Amino acid sequence: MKKLWNIMVVDDEEVMRESLAAWLREDGYSVDTSESGKEAIEKTKLKTYAIYFIDLKMPGGHDGIETMMEIRKIQPEASIIIVTAYATVDTAITAMKEGAQEYIVKPCNPEEISLLVSRIIKIKNLQRENSILRKKLTKQYSFCDIISKNPKMMEIFGLIKEVASLRSTVMIQGESGTGKELIARAIHYSGDRAAKPFIGVSCAALTESLLESELFGHEKGSFTGATGQKKGKFEIAEGGTIFLDEIGDISPKLQLNLLRILQERNFYRVGGSEQINVDVRVIAATNRNLEEAVHEGKFRDDLFYRLNVINIHLPALRDRKEDIPLLVHNFIERIGPELGREVTDISEGALKILLNHNWPGNVREIENAVERAIVTCKAKILTEDDFAFLANHGNEKKQWNIPSELTLEEIENQAITATLQRTHGNIKEASAILGVDRSTLYDRIKKYNLPRN
Amino acid sequence: MKAIYLAQFGTIDEELMSALEVCAWQIFGYDVKRMPNLPDPSYALDTKTNQYSSVLLLKNLISQVPKDAVRVLGVTNHDLFIPMLSFVFGHAQLNGPAAVISLARLHQSFYQLQENKQLLIHRMMKEAVHELGHTFGLIHCSDSRCAMSLSNAIQQVDKKTEELCANCSILLEDSTKQKSRENGMEMQR
Repeated sequence: MKKLWNIMVVDDEEVMRESLAAWLREDGYSVDTSESGKEAIEKTKLKTYAIYFIDLKMPGGHDGIETMMEIRKIQPEASIIIVTAYATVDTAITAMKEGAQEYIVKPCNPEEISLLVSRIIKIKNLQRENSILRKKLTKQYSFCDIISKNPKMMEIFGLIKEVASLRSTVMIQGESGTGKELIARAIHYSGDRAAKPFIGVSCAALTESLLESELFGHEKGSFTGATGQKKGKFEIAEGGTIFLDEIGDISPKLQLNLLRILQERNFYRVGGSEQINVDVRVIAATNRNLEEAVHEGKFRDDLFYRLNVINIHLPALRDRKEDIPLLVHNFIERIGPELGREVTDISEGALKILLNHNWPGNVREIENAVERAIVTCKAKILTEDDFAFLANHGNEKKQWNIPSELTLEEIENQAITATLQRTHGNIKEASAILGVDRSTLYDRIKKYNLPRN
Repeated sequence: MKAIYLAQFGTIDEELMSALEVCAWQIFGYDVKRMPNLPDPSYALDTKTNQYSSVLLLKNLISQVPKDAVRVLGVTNHDLFIPMLSFVFGHAQLNGPAAVISLARLHQSFYQLQENKQLLIHRMMKEAVHELGHTFGLIHCSDSRCAMSLSNAIQQVDKKTEELCANCSILLEDSTKQKSRENGMEMQR
């Protein structure tokens, strides 16, 4: 086990560094030496060391503390032991403040160094074990690239397995960035249709006529620019699954066409007269409240019921914060190598920042944040500094301008209404956010005659 | 025929040196020979601590390794230190030609206890096997009874034996076989 750990001894005195290195090698560690801080920093860029013994007083640019600070930027997880011949309280305090794990005065009792090194290595072994267990846990909590240990998500995983091989249409609802397409793919690839195509279409990205041609295809000459026959996505997806993202945005005409395809399992290409039969499973997704759109007459109720045979509602990331550490570690493992960066972990402080952030853009937003941090990160561990951009973003949001000409009662009314909407009418949660007890909140709801949802 | 050489810095009790000869032969399987006595290592004295630098003793030994020596073990009555540590019972070069041991802290009198020669001989043999073991590439062993277990205090020396555990014996055998092969190849050239 000891061979796994590299130790670096930095001292300008050859006899000092070589004798300590030899002594540590006898204990089974792999030891490198450097005669200057600069040399140690260069070697740190090429190899990972678990422990550094750094002499406090070294000539030529970098003294012990400066060397330690540079090394900590590259390898923040390394344990640094500052070694000095003359102990003063001031230097000891500076060393510890700048992140030294220990401060020792030479010559040391051999037992003291042995205990110190074995204690640090014991912690390193536990950290390594922890990291291995975390990877195993990620596997346990991952389902077709979706990672979660949230009970609601686990229920969804169960539902996916149950419905994967059915032909029934599925409606996935959830805020933007919650992973609706990943769920659709999971359904497709867990079922009997896995070997057939999975075709995704974003319904909001195209105009009505383009989307119609995209979905159903067109015949030559059916419109200006239709120079040849083109197969639509429904034909391409034959035997497989078509994923219609942002279904709430399609026009009434396309709603009707879709209804027909769901009912009759056939359609006509744009400008065509030949009836085409298809066997395609439809999975639709939206971040809008479709029930409301149906109620308002903006979305056909018959289409809604056809699409909503199996409903999956994805929770927002703020409602499954327990998944944040799992997700972040997964992103680090995946994105780091993709970007050619050697980032391996995240500090506790940085993770705390991510846990406290609201993530309106959900998993997509946190993934982007981690990617941005990895790109700008100078060390192997993401720290608070790498997520400074989130704090700025948060501060901007906190600068709330109170609308003018509102009475205190009106402001209170608006605050309660907004909070109840956010908590989906959950009084306990809303009272906790607003910092009032439940009876006070009930009083205000009654006073302002507010709807619970 | 290669041999392990014993070298005395100053004068060492003959009974101790004879015990060392037998022990080194039994554990490492090489002939054991004596080098002529080396002068007292005053060059290695640190007058502040009244201790001797094991690094300088080792350097001195390495400069005069006999041609037929597989390893050289120096023995001194003086208390040894390396610059980083307040004392060492012995010092060796891992996979190197030489090692040195100090008898100073192996005496009961060092701890204000009554002298016990048999105990001293056993302690010396343990440290000799330990340091020579390092020269054959052995590292510290987690078996506290094995001569290769780490001793930072006399209690740890007393806890171990002068024998190598099964694992370290195998590693020593591998190391000596490897050495013989290398020497054979050297001769063929």
